[in-house]
Amino acid sequence: MERAAYERLRWRSIRRGMLEVDIALTRFLDEQFQSLSAAEQQAFVELADFEDLELWHLISGQEVCEDPRLAPIVAMLRKS
Amino acid sequence: MNIPVLKFDAVIVGAGGAGLRSAIQLSEAGLKTAVLSKVFPTRSHTVAAQGGVAASLGNSEEDHWRWHMYDTVKGSDWLGDQDAIEFMCKKAVEVVVELEHYGMPFDRTDSGKIYQRPFGGHMSNFGEKPVRRSCAAADRTGHAMLHAMYQRNVKANTQFFVEWMALDLIRDSEGHVVGVTAMEMETGQVVIFHTRATIFATGGAGRIFYSSTNAFINTGDGLGMAARAGIPLEDMEFWQFHPTGVAGAGVLITEGVRGEGGILRNSNKERFMERYAPNAKDLASRDVVSRAMATEIKEGRGCGPNKDYVLLDITHLDPATIMKRLPGIREISIQFAGVDPIKAPIPVVPTCHYQMGGIPTDYHGRVVMPRNGDFNAVVPGLYAAGECACASVHGANRLGTNSLLDLLVFGKSAGDSAVEDIKGSKAHRDLPKDAADYSLSRVAAIDNRKGGSSVAEARLAIQRTMQDHAGVFRFADMLKKGAAQILEVEKQVMNLEIKDKSLVWNTARMEALETENLIEVAKATMISAEARKESRGAHVRDDAVDSPEFPNGRNDKEWLKHTLWHREGNKIEYKPVNLNPLTVESVELKTRSY
Repeated sequence: MERAAYERLRWRSIRRGMLEVDIALTRFLDEQFQSLSAAEQQAFVELADFEDLELWHLISGQEVCEDPRLAPIVAMLRKS
Repeated sequence: MNIPVLKFDAVIVGAGGAGLRSAIQLSEAGLKTAVLSKVFPTRSHTVAAQGGVAASLGNSEEDHWRWHMYDTVKGSDWLGDQDAIEFMCKKAVEVVVELEHYGMPFDRTDSGKIYQRPFGGHMSNFGEKPVRRSCAAADRTGHAMLHAMYQRNVKANTQFFVEWMALDLIRDSEGHVVGVTAMEMETGQVVIFHTRATIFATGGAGRIFYSSTNAFINTGDGLGMAARAGIPLEDMEFWQFHPTGVAGAGVLITEGVRGEGGILRNSNKERFMERYAPNAKDLASRDVVSRAMATEIKEGRGCGPNKDYVLLDITHLDPATIMKRLPGIREISIQFAGVDPIKAPIPVVPTCHYQMGGIPTDYHGRVVMPRNGDFNAVVPGLYAAGECACASVHGANRLGTNSLLDLLVFGKSAGDSAVEDIKGSKAHRDLPKDAADYSLSRVAAIDNRKGGSSVAEARLAIQRTMQDHAGVFRFADMLKKGAAQILEVEKQVMNLEIKDKSLVWNTARMEALETENLIEVAKATMISAEARKESRGAHVRDDAVDSPEFPNGRNDKEWLKHTLWHREGNKIEYKPVNLNPLTVESVELKTRSY
């Protein structure tokens, strides 16, 4: 991923409305993002665009991600 | 250097609840209005507010704004200004009904009215019994509010500048505020917003503490800008804490865990609450539990390598009970504490939640500061609302659901005042020739410095210093040490270096600029707390304890006054509390007990 795109994603991951989402996304970005395939990275970019509450419901397991492209990333976010 | 100038009638810094509410007033009055935000508006920290908004609608049972006013004054431990509190409680019904008209999906009664539920501290008939006053939209009140108000702004043609960070206030030689400088993250360009009104709605600065429930975004940018522009910060020693946040993360563990039998233990595995509250034990009130935890940590019985947390133990409970009665707690604990609470206790620590103090304003949302013997002289052109402002309605302690009310009422009133002032003035005042120089030099210093200190380390030093010296329960010796230490940390912050020198999308630079705002709030907090030698509301000292002369350690003879901290020389002065409401009798001083 080119530098500017990565930095934009970084800002959108480390500055959220909810602390829980801040922590989960920051940790994922620092620890797992670089080892993802380009398609998986793109899926994370899409997830980072979700509303905070939607993301938190997915990360905390209150809701299940139905999208087969995004679900594996949600599973990784939950484990991380 | 040629800096682009964008001319607006008004600029609002911050797009959370207070910013969006004030923008509606300005745009709907036909004024050219810009809103700057570090993030997309519906991602502001208001989204995390779940509790609801207080208003004496009386939909579920009899209620009155005067009862709400009484509760708020009492909750504030009499440090709130009674003119502002009357104004807010009276206006509550109006702003909630307006929000309903903006499309806010409030919970409803069977007959279609806004459903109201009880919330701590809200009572009927001047403190007699709990009343249902909170209006909510399920557990997503803040989220729904942001969406309703954002849509309203889009309709009114408010111009949003998303992923922009305001840098500094611009004041002319007569002290008028004539705009702000800001940086567009995507380009790294510094721009001047030349305005007739500037409204700060930048939220709180809860990230000054190591353990905080606040999102990372709450770095007190408006407070930093105000302090650097010579405006004092009011009552910054008052911060609300919650007893059980996950240590190191800040995520809240609900008090229901102790209700279901959770036990707090120190490093000796002792159930220490038996010593502090022999009857109620772990179910004692929030402040008692927080103080006990802080005392255990201070006396060396904390857990972990730094001995800086205690343990919340539910391993003795039946796993089926945990799963049934405390849904989500296992998940939170695994995700954020790294422990399965069925097998091991959860590390917890008193955690900062809400900032009562802020930029001093009157109840019209105009920023005020002492000048020529007048404590409340208006700073022309500058307004503030929401958690960054201090009207002061929360005084020494905020009631639940009054924060969303604060941002609606004072967001609206700051907007109205700005409209009135703009319509009463002829044109934009001239920009000073050096309008952007200060901001440019700050940015250049960060960009060019070599061999400086790391942003992450400096931020951590602020947070550790604040948590250890000015936490939920305060000790005279620690405050004194903390005041010296935070000035040392300031030297580190004034010497920040970033490795990434890129112009565009440089998040390291943003974090460095945020840290320069955090340090201003941290100094204000530590120095104000050290100076206030009583206990009141959320500011509790072990050398100002309950006595017949000073119930709960509160000393009205000497300390019934607002703190004003000035950045210049870290000078402290005090101004009187306004005990006179606008139209009704004063709520007379008495001991605060529930």
